[in-house]
Amino acid sequence: MTSHPALVVCEYCDSVWRRSALADDEIARCGCCGAVLYRASRLDLDQLLALTLAAAIVFAIANVSPVIRIAVSGLHNEANLLQSVAALSHGSGFIVGLVAAATLFVVPLLQIVLLGWVLLFARAHRRAPGFAFAMRWLQRIRPWSMTEVFLLGVLVAIVKLSAMLSVIAGPGTYATVVLTGLITLIAKRDIRTLWDKLPAGEAVEFAE
Amino acid sequence: MTAAPRATELGLVGCHTCGLTCAIGQTRCPRCASHLHPRKPDSLARSWALLIAALVLYVPSNMLPVMYTSMLGRGEASTILHGVVEFWKAGSWDIALLIFIASVAVPSTKFLVLGMLLVSARRKSPWARPQRARLYRLVELIGYWSMLDVVVVALVCALVQFHLLGTAEPRAGIVFFGLVVVLTMFAAMSFDPRLIWDADDDA
Repeated sequence: MTSHPALVVCEYCDSVWRRSALADDEIARCGCCGAVLYRASRLDLDQLLALTLAAAIVFAIANVSPVIRIAVSGLHNEANLLQSVAALSHGSGFIVGLVAAATLFVVPLLQIVLLGWVLLFARAHRRAPGFAFAMRWLQRIRPWSMTEVFLLGVLVAIVKLSAMLSVIAGPGTYATVVLTGLITLIAKRDIRTLWDKLPAGEAVEFAE
Repeated sequence: MTAAPRATELGLVGCHTCGLTCAIGQTRCPRCASHLHPRKPDSLARSWALLIAALVLYVPSNMLPVMYTSMLGRGEASTILHGVVEFWKAGSWDIALLIFIASVAVPSTKFLVLGMLLVSARRKSPWARPQRARLYRLVELIGYWSMLDVVVVALVCALVQFHLLGTAEPRAGIVFFGLVVVLTMFAAMSFDPRLIWDADDDA
């Protein structure tokens, strides 16, 4: 036998445990090191897909509308996420601009697109074309999603600037608040259960 | 301690990507086709290299200014610590504390904790294993919040663009700081926490 679906190996300490069914929102922890082995989501596929679509809409709003407006002596200015990344990238800031663009824009976008793609097909109990590819990348990019850090940065910038200017939080800030919540709900979760839920049928052969 | 057997003893390996428990000896996971590693390859060497690189860049990231601001003709270049002190003096002790934690405490903690984990894993020390395992997960959890200062500099520089009245520009310090955050995250990812539990007799 090449695999043992009834067993689970702790990623953090290599202990082997027998899988057991969990109730909603329950978390299975490793008895050796205390790490999370797997968890049961309360959300079913339809709910997850609905939240992903909502995240896609909010993501668009968060990226086109200004996050902060400032005014001083009759002059005013505003900036959105991408303009901020661009401001960082001037001259030698190019590298850190790339990092910011990746973690604040590209990775959250990929999370929404890949998850939406996988879930769209999962509703029909099929593995999407490129299912393995999408699942691998969702796992790989997860640590680099930093929407919540952007939100905290917006709040700090508001406080920092309000010392000398008049500052208003724009619609982009409110959209980012919602997006942070949605991304946490859909993409910080363990979606590995999809591997078990969706049988490797014709779809996986199609992908390979 | 617990009686749970370890995967290597049973000839098993857990897939990093899909979590499937596979038999050792296969190079790829039969379910998701990811590479299987009983232990991450060259974990200690890679993690050390990335951590040392981050430590080297940490020096200029703190010495060099991260941002240049000029307001009404008065220009100044400020470092990360300078920014913290300014918030503190202005009475925003809470924001000062927040930036201090994200920009100074978190990176320093990562250097100390990862260094300690690397040394104790190399020595296959049985000391405080559950606590070391928890420390590793803490480092994974808090690591990316250091990006906070990068976001703040980006926003301020995008907003304060009033020519003579006031401008803000990023400076080299923020580039080094951003790279420190990325390198420490890679260092933490390269470290294999299973090494904490490996004793001398293990392969």
